[in-house]
Amino acid sequence: MSPRTLYDKIWDAHVVRVDEHGTALLYIDHQLVHEVTSPQAFEGLRLAGRKPRRPQATLAVPDHNVPTSDRHLGIVDPVSRVQVETLIANCREFGVQLFDMDDLRQGIVHVVGPEQGFTQPGMTIVCGDSHTSTHGAFGALSFGVGTSEVEHVLATQCLTQKKSKSMLVRVDGVLGAGVTAKDIVLAIIGEIGTAGGTGHVIEYAGDAIEALSMEGRMTVCNMAIEAGARAGLIGIDQKTIEYLRGRPLAPPDGNGRDDFERAAKYWLSLNSDPGAEYDRVVQLDAASIRPQVTWGTSPEMVAPVDAKVPDPAEIADPVKAGSYRHALAYMGLEPGATIKQIALDKVFIGSCTNGRIEDLRAAAEVAKGQRVAGSIKQALVVPGSGLVKEQAEAEGLDQIFIAAGFEWRDPGCSMCLAMNADRLEPGERCASTSNRNFEGRQGQGGRTHLVSPAMAAAAAIHGHFVDVREL
Amino acid sequence: MPMQPFENFTSVVVPLDRANVDTDAIIPKQFLKSIQRTGFGPYLFDEWRYHDHGEPGMDCSNRPLNPDFVLNDPRYQGAKILLARQNFGCGSSREHAPWALADYGFRVLIAPSFADIFHQNATKNGILPVVLDEALVDELFALAGGDTPLTMAVDLHNLKLSPEGRASIEINIDPFHHHCLIHGLDDIALTLEHADAITAYEQRRATETPWLFA
Repeated sequence: MSPRTLYDKIWDAHVVRVDEHGTALLYIDHQLVHEVTSPQAFEGLRLAGRKPRRPQATLAVPDHNVPTSDRHLGIVDPVSRVQVETLIANCREFGVQLFDMDDLRQGIVHVVGPEQGFTQPGMTIVCGDSHTSTHGAFGALSFGVGTSEVEHVLATQCLTQKKSKSMLVRVDGVLGAGVTAKDIVLAIIGEIGTAGGTGHVIEYAGDAIEALSMEGRMTVCNMAIEAGARAGLIGIDQKTIEYLRGRPLAPPDGNGRDDFERAAKYWLSLNSDPGAEYDRVVQLDAASIRPQVTWGTSPEMVAPVDAKVPDPAEIADPVKAGSYRHALAYMGLEPGATIKQIALDKVFIGSCTNGRIEDLRAAAEVAKGQRVAGSIKQALVVPGSGLVKEQAEAEGLDQIFIAAGFEWRDPGCSMCLAMNADRLEPGERCASTSNRNFEGRQGQGGRTHLVSPAMAAAAAIHGHFVDVREL
Repeated sequence: MPMQPFENFTSVVVPLDRANVDTDAIIPKQFLKSIQRTGFGPYLFDEWRYHDHGEPGMDCSNRPLNPDFVLNDPRYQGAKILLARQNFGCGSSREHAPWALADYGFRVLIAPSFADIFHQNATKNGILPVVLDEALVDELFALAGGDTPLTMAVDLHNLKLSPEGRASIEINIDPFHHHCLIHGLDDIALTLEHADAITAYEQRRATETPWLFA
């Protein structure tokens, strides 16, 4: 057999059948569910008189609508409350496991899956959420789907799919101090564009990717969708295996059971073979990546912190120049503005991109012994899950943030997309560790700059962007 | 859910001259709190279409319209065809985006490229996404942006678009999507026809990778 990529191997292992047009019926091992994209799927099952094929293959958790403060009061917004109550009722009716709002394990679906060991290498995983690409950090083929496909997977445990093309993104060399996984992925998106990965599955490789922790790898895969790729993948190594060992839903380890060792052996066999071919290869030099800041309304509108905002007049492509002009007008920025002089109103540290323990540690290191600038109206720290929150508190990170003037909140999606009460007001400017700087994403008229957790914390302290390498 | 079979039609074309139109723009997040599949049409492109802040359940008939937004141009009322630039539908996987487009009345979207998840979601809802070359899209923008709106006939059965005053354009579409759109099929029912193959797959995998089926 010719050399195969990790993607090829997972794909081949999940094809149930192929029709005369070359469309595959692909088996889906696990599905994650949240309250926003599932109600109509469960309703579809009910209307058609169908049941989930394998309810135990699905795990549900409310995250988008949940409040991040005063949780004992429940959800005040009646529309949000109905959506979460609908999830609870549906899970009960259809026999799906749910981590409810008062469960310590509740959190953002893409933080919870890996944390519980529900995410495992070699699996196919879907969720009605584009950031499902996160789970690719474990060498799992994981991608976001719409509600019709959520229903399709519930009913059949399969999806009809055409195989994507493959793209290898190699990042070799060593990252500079203060440069993180978030900066790597923003630099990649800046390089290939938000449509650069369309129709492809990206496999990230190279020294700089291998050197990342599992948390860092999740950040890089999380934003594969922001490069247009449906999925991101990273090869399986000892770090992957040790992260999963002993997790509640991982294959059992010890007590006379050899499931975990058997699984680990299988997982390692899935890595891309030497000489495997990709449809496209992109290479970046880790040492040349600087801390990144987005200046526009698409994640590809990104620049190093020590650069200036581009001038649309210098862009040859008229469509692109038009997009730049539109973005600068929305963002309230002048062409050629110095990024380090951009003053901020709010800071958000959290999300499925950067709401894990390592992210909170990086932000706390910057915040330690400092004070949030008086010009900052609000600086939020929102852990990705109850277990991340518990760990951070055990390490005293909450006290560092609170002493510095940050608000320490309960877990959820929060201001990444402002479906709960956490949001920007029109015209407010935010340094955010989330994944999308689209118009209105964090609140109508709000202006989002995407950065790493350390860069966000530093911006909170100084009131404007600073280069964390100079601290 | 079975969808309505796709019928051929003729309509004016709305030129939305923007690249990277994301699903947050197509339907902002506050409307995602609905647990229904319908009723999103009045809130399609809400932040671009109205001057005020929209909330779910709002009566849109008296809201202040943004006259500069193309959907509010009287020439394009009742349009079923939307023309846009590259990477239409990028971002979130929310199927509420095609639900809103379909509820508004759009049946055909034309762009040089679509985001993958959006493309898949659109076809599940009786919407035909048509990918055309940049040059052809430029030409259609020039035709559609004039004083007289561009009228186009869509013939999905024979896979062609016929813009008024221009030669027909061939539509390339995945044969499976074409089949589903034309017949309005319930694709869950189609998959369930292969229930035996799925069971056989599960039995084989339960032997090879037993931890997945513990």
